[in-house]
This record gives sequence, structure tokens and C-alpha cells, in this order.
Amino acid sequence: MSDSKSIFIKESTLTTADGEQRQFIRTALGGYYKNRDLYKARYRDWELARDAASLAKWSAVNNLAEVLEKFVAKFESNGGKVHWARDAAEAREIILDLVAKANAKAVIKSKCMTTEEIHLNDALEKAGYGVVESDLGEFIQQLRGEAPYHFVFPCMHLKREAISELFTKHLGTAPTDSPEELTMIARRHLRKLYITADVGITGANFLVADTGQISITENEGNARLTAAMPRVHIALSGIEKVINSIDDLSVLLPMLATAGAGQPMTCYNTLYAGPKKPGELDGPEEFHLVLLDNARTQLLADPEQRDALHCIRCGACLNVCPIFKNIGGHAYGTTYQGPIGSVITPHLRGLKDWNHLSGASSLCGACTDACPVRIDLHHHLLQNRRNAAKVVPNLFDRVFHGTFNFVIQRPALFSLGGKLFRKTFGLLKHLPVPYLGTWLKSRDLPAIPQKSFREVWKDSKNV
Amino acid sequence: MRVSLFIPCFVDQLTPQVGMATAKVLKKLGQELEFIPTQTCCGQPSYNSGQWEIAKEGAIRSLEVFKDAEVVVGPSGSCVAMMKKFYPELLHGTKYESEAKRLSQRTFEFSDFIVSQLKITDVGASLNKKVTYHDGCHALRELRLKEEPRKLLRAVKGLELIETEESESCCGFGGLFSVKFPMISTAMVQVKAGALARTGADYIVSSDPSCLLQIGGWLSREGKVIRPLHIAELLAMGIDHV
Repeated sequence: MSDSKSIFIKESTLTTADGEQRQFIRTALGGYYKNRDLYKARYRDWELARDAASLAKWSAVNNLAEVLEKFVAKFESNGGKVHWARDAAEAREIILDLVAKANAKAVIKSKCMTTEEIHLNDALEKAGYGVVESDLGEFIQQLRGEAPYHFVFPCMHLKREAISELFTKHLGTAPTDSPEELTMIARRHLRKLYITADVGITGANFLVADTGQISITENEGNARLTAAMPRVHIALSGIEKVINSIDDLSVLLPMLATAGAGQPMTCYNTLYAGPKKPGELDGPEEFHLVLLDNARTQLLADPEQRDALHCIRCGACLNVCPIFKNIGGHAYGTTYQGPIGSVITPHLRGLKDWNHLSGASSLCGACTDACPVRIDLHHHLLQNRRNAAKVVPNLFDRVFHGTFNFVIQRPALFSLGGKLFRKTFGLLKHLPVPYLGTWLKSRDLPAIPQKSFREVWKDSKNV
Repeated sequence: MRVSLFIPCFVDQLTPQVGMATAKVLKKLGQELEFIPTQTCCGQPSYNSGQWEIAKEGAIRSLEVFKDAEVVVGPSGSCVAMMKKFYPELLHGTKYESEAKRLSQRTFEFSDFIVSQLKITDVGASLNKKVTYHDGCHALRELRLKEEPRKLLRAVKGLELIETEESESCCGFGGLFSVKFPMISTAMVQVKAGALARTGADYIVSSDPSCLLQIGGWLSREGKVIRPLHIAELLAMGIDHV
């Protein structure tokens, strides 16, 4: 068993046993469902909107090289500088280099999962730079020294009291159970940091090819401050975030907000088009964009699962996933949790070590129905299982299914096997029979019938 | 129409009454029935485990078993989804592709067959019970059957259908998932069956016997009063009651 799998098993065994925490997550998501449905109902046709959003991403992803080149040319003509990073190490190196050149002492960041993907904070801290997360949820997680629990709602697993205690411990503030006061504590702490930071690091929700802008969507205004206040703005984005046109935002931005957070629109939707121009008062002096591959082109080369690159990281699939809701975000051990994480992590970090995530699904398909850009998520989990069976042969599975197939190919043997099982069940249930024993640990089987259907059918002239 | 019964392997061996109820209701609706005894399993366990080459052999075998059937009806959204939806994908690009498509077009889930093919919603059943419904994920999201079973239930005289916010959530069975990740599977059924049990209904009804194995297994272990019941069993019971 790979390390990541044994950690997953260990963690999910612990989290599924915590009924109170699971209930807390369900309650937290209850409000989201209500608002999501309310704002979905405002669309004349949500399914058509999904088609449109999916098409917007499809047309960019399936023409990625060309659309990226168009974007880069336009972005640089606006005065920004693009840096290409093949993998996480290259991206870290580029960013560290830019930070060093800026003679930075302090770095402020807004929410960006891609920086989590490349473990940027660790690298910055090791190089001696102070780095502070400015998104409230990410700020809390940073103080806790813990990865985000959910890639949109980083600290959704925390109760108010825990946040209050955390602030008391790290910021010396008085305990409070008011969410507003907790927000204000973080705000007061962060405000001065925007001013002192030399570099602001953001992500990007969309790279708009026809205007050369990056689109960032947020609820707290912290990304605007992060991008605008420091002298140098560095944005990090996966290459798949590019879209053809600013017009595409008319469907993508509201859908991102509604599907992901149950909002009609996110509070702040900003387009950034290069550094401060001569004569302008505001904005950074330098604007760098690091475009990250990190195995995305590998996923692009897989026509079956290429649509996973449509992902706009809204988190809708996590919010409806019964696996996520019961095991929680940390059990995954990945940057991207939930169904999309289970689909793409094997591509990004290796099928051998991460295939168990594709197995840890009942394939219920709630994720696929929730996805605003129509990623065929649960079928991709099945394909990952098939790919893994080829790449990482599992002897137990081969023998088990080979034997099973041998039996089902022979009706007489199947009937005999069934009969034997039924006749000996009284004994078998006390033995450590693989799978059966596991089932019986938490569930019963129905009363075992004397006769199978085929026997009853044969005996009965009248049904 | 001559209906060929597709009885899932575990229904055959563990819950034959679901198969008999299926036959009883279809016969009541005037269908001529056959059961081809060479049928065994659709191969879904291997398919879901990534063993597609092995699953293909099961699929090819089913094509042979049902090749002369006029129409195939099964009391399981999951097993029917395997034949109707996944066989054509699994056998895509092979010489079996067209036969897989032909079987797909002739195969129906029980409630879908009655409502959309026979155009019947009232099977002539009557039952003074309260029920809540569990949408099996394959029936709901692969076959897109939501209203079909409900139409049948609403037409049962005296029956009260209690809907819940959890009706569409997964029971956590997922085939071998239930024993490969038992802690997650059990947590899921706890949420699902727990919510349905709180409705105070007499039965949790579903068109999927595999979900009922999971839900029923948990209810029994936890000593809950509410009982799992396949929709065919409920209709058969209601027909007897008239």
C-alpha cells in the first residue's frame, strides 16, 4: 500500500468516526444548498448555462497553445511580463527570483490554490521571507499551520470558538463569538501588512485572451489590495485558466459564484491589465504572471479526461460529494480535495500513489451533475480505476475478478456457488471471509433464503 | 410483449422475492414472461474495479444470453445501467458494439418499463402505508429516472409518499466500494438511512435492490423499525391487497 493510501485510510477512519464534526459540515453546507438553489433558479435555463460555460472552457482548452499565445502577446503588450514554469520547482524558482530582485522583505498573498500546489509558502519562508495570507480563511489556516480543508472554503471545518482561540493565541485579542468581530480582528491585523509588503502574490481565476487581462474574483477585497498596494504584483496561474474572450466571463463569473458559493455574483470581480502606466497614481510598478504546466499538458494529451481542465475551481463538486462530507477535506492529503481532486491528482502526482482516491467513491455522480462546466467527473474516476489496473497491477483484484468471471461464465457453477454460500452462511459469517467479514462488521445481510430466484421460478408454474 | 426478466445475481441468490414480485407485477399488467436461466451477473463488479478486460467477457456473455429477447426488464437501476449505458461504452470499437447497442435499446429498468413503455402508472394496487423513497444513483443519474417510480407510487391507493431532502443522496453502497472503504460506506448509509428513518414511514422504497441491501443491512444492525422494500415488492403487496 502506498504511503498516501495508508494515510488516507487512517485519516478517513478517524474522520468518519466523528459524528459531531460530520454533522457540523452538513449544517454548514445546508445554507449553501439553499442559496445555490435560490440563485440557480434565477437562470432562465441552468442546464443551457452549463452548456455555454462548458463550451467557453472547451474551446479554449482544445485550442490551448493558440489561445495562450494570443493571451500572452496581449498581456505583455499591456506591460506585464510572462514567465513559463514547467513544474512546481520551476515556478518556485521563478517566484523566489522575482521576490529577491524586488528586494522584498515582506510578501502578502491573496487566495491561490496553485500556490498551495507548488508549496510556495514553504519555499518563501525557507528563503527567509515573511509571507502572510490575506484571505480570511487562508489566514486562519496559515495561523493553524494547516492546509486548506476545502479549496474554496479553507476553514469551513472550524467553529467560531476555535477561530477566536486561535486569534487570542497568535494575535493576543480578546475572545469573541461574533463572526463580525473575528473578521475585524483579521482585518485590522492585515491592513498594515498591505502597506508594508513589497510583493503581492495572487492567483487568477481566468486569463482573458482577447484583452490580455487576468480576472480575479473574491469576496473580501483582499486580492485587490494584494494586487494594487505592493510595488510588485506576481500572479500564478495554471495554463488551463485561459479563456478566449472577455465575453465568456458573462457566463463564467456568475456560474462560478452560484455553483461554488451560492451567490448571484462574487462581491469583487476585477480585471487586471498590467502594471501602473506613466502618469497613473495606483497599481504595482511590475506585474509578473507565472504560467504553470505541472502535468496539465499531460492531462491535455488524454482526450478522455481532457475536460478536467475545464475546472474553474468553484468547489461545487466537493459541496455535494457524500465522500467529502463524511471524510472531510484533510483526509485526501491533496491540494485539490473532493471529486475533482480525485480525478486530477493521479494525473498531477502519479496514478500509482493516488489511484486510491478514484477507488474511494461510490460513483454516485452527484459531482458530475453539480459541475457548472460539465466535467464528467465520476466517469473519470472509473477510467482512472481502469488505467490503474493496467499501470499498477493488483494481484488480489486480478485473482478475485478472474475467479468471479470464471464462475459467472458457467451458470451451473454460479448456481452451485450461490447454493453453497447460502447453505454455509451460518458458518461463513463467523469466519474472516474477505469482503463478507468487512460487510458484516457494520451491516447485516437479509435473512438468507432457502432457494434462489432461479429455483423458485423453476418450481412455480404461476407467479 | 414477451418480457425477458433480468434478475441481478445477488437478487437471484439473496433476495429472490424481489424477482418474484417483479414477475408478479409484470404478469398482472398482461406481460408474457420468460427467465433465461443461463443469465448470471452483468459484470459490473469487475467493471467498477477497473478490470475492464474481465468485465468485457461478462458483457459479451450477457449479449449472447439476451440476443433473442424481445425486451429485457430488470428490477435494478444499477444493473440495468450497466447493460444499457456501460456495455456500449465498454464494447465501443469492438465487433460487439452494435449488438451492445441493440441490447441497450431493448433493456429497461422495471419502473421505467411500466411507465414509459407500457404507459401505465396505476398498476391497480392499494396499500395503507407510509413510504419514503430512495433514488438509487444509477437509476437517477445514469438512467435519469426520477419521476417514473414516483408515478407508480402515487397511483397506489392509500399510500402516502414522504419525500425528504436526502432522497437523492447516495446510500454508500457502490458495489465493492462498500467493503473496500467500509468506514466511508457506513458513514454514508448512516446519514442516508438515518434521515429516511426519521420520516416515520413504514418502508424505505427503492428501485435498486443493491441500495436496499446496504440500507436494510444498516437498519437491521441498528435495530431500526423502518424496513427496506423494493418497489416491485410494494406493488405486488398492493396488488394482493386489492
